[in-house]
Amino acid sequence: MSGILVLAEHEGGKFKKTAYELLGKAKELAGSLGTSVAAVVLGDAPVAELGGFGASKVYHVAGDFSGYNTLKVVRGLQAAIDAAKPDVVLAPASYTGKDAIPRLVARLGTGQGSECTELRVDGGAVVGRRPVYAGKALVDVRISKKPAVFTVRPNSFNQPTPAGGSAEVVAVSAAFGASDDRVQLVQRMEAESTVADLTEAERIVSGGRSLKSAEQFDAVVRPLAAALGATPGASRAAVDAGYAHHNEQVGQTGKTVNPQLYIALGISGAIQHLAGSRTSKVIFAINKDAEAPIFEHATYGVVADLFEIAPLLTEEFKAALKN
Amino acid sequence: MKVGVCIKSTPDTDTRIKIQGAGEGIDPAGIKWIISPYDSFALEQGAQTREKLGGECVLFSVGGGDTQKNLRDGLAVGADRAVQIDDPALKGADSLVTARVLAAAIKAEGIEIVFTGRQAIDLDNVQVPAMVAELLDWPHVSMVSEFALEGDTWTAVRNVGGGAREKVTGKLPVLVTTDRGLNTPRFAKLPDIMKAKTKKVDVKTASALGLSADDISPAVQLSGFGTPAERSKGKFISGDVATQAKELVRLLREEAKVL
Ligand SMILES: Cc1cc2nc3c(=O)[nH]c(=O)nc-3n(C[C@H](O)[C@H](O)[C@H](O)COP(=O)(O)OP(=O)(O)OC[C@H]3O[C@@H](n4cnc5c(N)ncnc54)[C@H](O)[C@@H]3O)c2cc1C
Repeated sequence: MSGILVLAEHEGGKFKKTAYELLGKAKELAGSLGTSVAAVVLGDAPVAELGGFGASKVYHVAGDFSGYNTLKVVRGLQAAIDAAKPDVVLAPASYTGKDAIPRLVARLGTGQGSECTELRVDGGAVVGRRPVYAGKALVDVRISKKPAVFTVRPNSFNQPTPAGGSAEVVAVSAAFGASDDRVQLVQRMEAESTVADLTEAERIVSGGRSLKSAEQFDAVVRPLAAALGATPGASRAAVDAGYAHHNEQVGQTGKTVNPQLYIALGISGAIQHLAGSRTSKVIFAINKDAEAPIFEHATYGVVADLFEIAPLLTEEFKAALKN
Repeated sequence: MKVGVCIKSTPDTDTRIKIQGAGEGIDPAGIKWIISPYDSFALEQGAQTREKLGGECVLFSVGGGDTQKNLRDGLAVGADRAVQIDDPALKGADSLVTARVLAAAIKAEGIEIVFTGRQAIDLDNVQVPAMVAELLDWPHVSMVSEFALEGDTWTAVRNVGGGAREKVTGKLPVLVTTDRGLNTPRFAKLPDIMKAKTKKVDVKTASALGLSADDISPAVQLSGFGTPAERSKGKFISGDVATQAKELVRLLREEAKVL
């Protein structure tokens, strides 16, 4: 074909938000390129609905993808690419996007732009723009071989509204072999919480060293996050002190986040922390020090003792979100 | 056991990044180069593996400038020797070119297991490790926070996103990318730093590793380096805490429209 092929990820019988975000963007890019959009889906999912989001074809790779297996994912995507022959492949910068996509790119012998936050058409090709050096700089990524592969940071693009339309489903079978089973899943430990992963969360409430203990972190940060349906996060100082889990660290050596709303409770705003959170749409900071660097980046700031204001905010949010 | 560890020199995390010229790159003046922080977990795991099983721990790094200094820092925390690939022909190398270089060097040394940081904190590409594994035709496991090796069987716990973790197992060879939580990297003691100065660092070129001009020609071009738009100046909310809390909720709802 040529055109743009989108990896539509799914979980629990539903497509992930990133699938729609990428399809919406692909449709726009394909419009300016005068080409078409297809999706690739690994394993069982309601593939037909993707037609409503601009995919004219869905390459449906059969097989058991219920337990994550890098080598099978690469094999499956390779088969879909062989069938679709796209010029451009778009995938989310999810675990799969970080673990399997570069391996696929090496197999294809092409190139990849990772964690793009913008995609545009320039000179008849798709160009990615992405943060580098912890968001201190931005750069354009062009890829001179086909297919050009881009992964996209979650929440970078709007959710499209379904427009109606249907997709032709193309069944793809991949040549899985014994070598694809070299890594075996022993056990999956589900997340203890049911909220979105930090990297995909739309709302985040983070706490810093100022929380002073794991108990206070649990008593102040987590309830405020829960009231908002937000994902709890933490500064490295809070993680190192054992108030929060490794997985919860936001920043240059933790998670890079991109939420609509980022609330920082008693976080000074060190460059390494801001590196992971500066693209948040709205940043709200509470700090008792009016000179704290976090305020230079905050949309809204409150100079206050977090232990006084956080419980009040929790109640206000509960009340506000009830109706 | 022959253990390999790949490390990369990256600007220190508190470096101010300045754009060079009209956006060709970043200005290298005044940058302090450190071992990318996630690679510290790889160095520690490599050292522990070698201490437990004997054999040799070899470091690999592609780059000039302070790369050799950072390799010496790595040699001070347990590794035996290092291979540096420093070649002007690799200027502008993309991830796949770098991976080809590393894979060739790892193969030449007969390495059986490789540890490397989950990502380098300069470009945050998260590409090279998985590419190296593909080129070696080894399996790889990404973002590992627990690891054990018994005979030729390894077991790892990886952070697969969404807070979920997976315990996986397989046989050697394997490439493992290390995440926070895997171990506590040791600090180099003065005698170790002195000893590291006498350890061997082989400096190689891409062609010496058997790579052709095609192998080292990049498919990815970076251009238009720029700085992000400044956030518009924020506002402080005044009043007592109860007023502040109410006002904030109103602003988030009516002005920012994020509630
Ligand atoms: C290589 C490297 C990598 C790093 N990576 C990261 C990273 O990924 N993420 C990260 O977060 N950090 C990272 N750091 C650490 C970073 O430099 C800071 O040390 C850290 O972010 C500070 O955390 P903090 O803001 O919680 O603590 P502090 O800097 O100690 O700030 C605490 C803040 O809380 C305020 N406060 C205290 N009590 C109260 C109260 N009762 N009410 C309201 N406010 C109060 C204080 O005024 C202060 O501003 C890294 C550092 C290095 C060297």
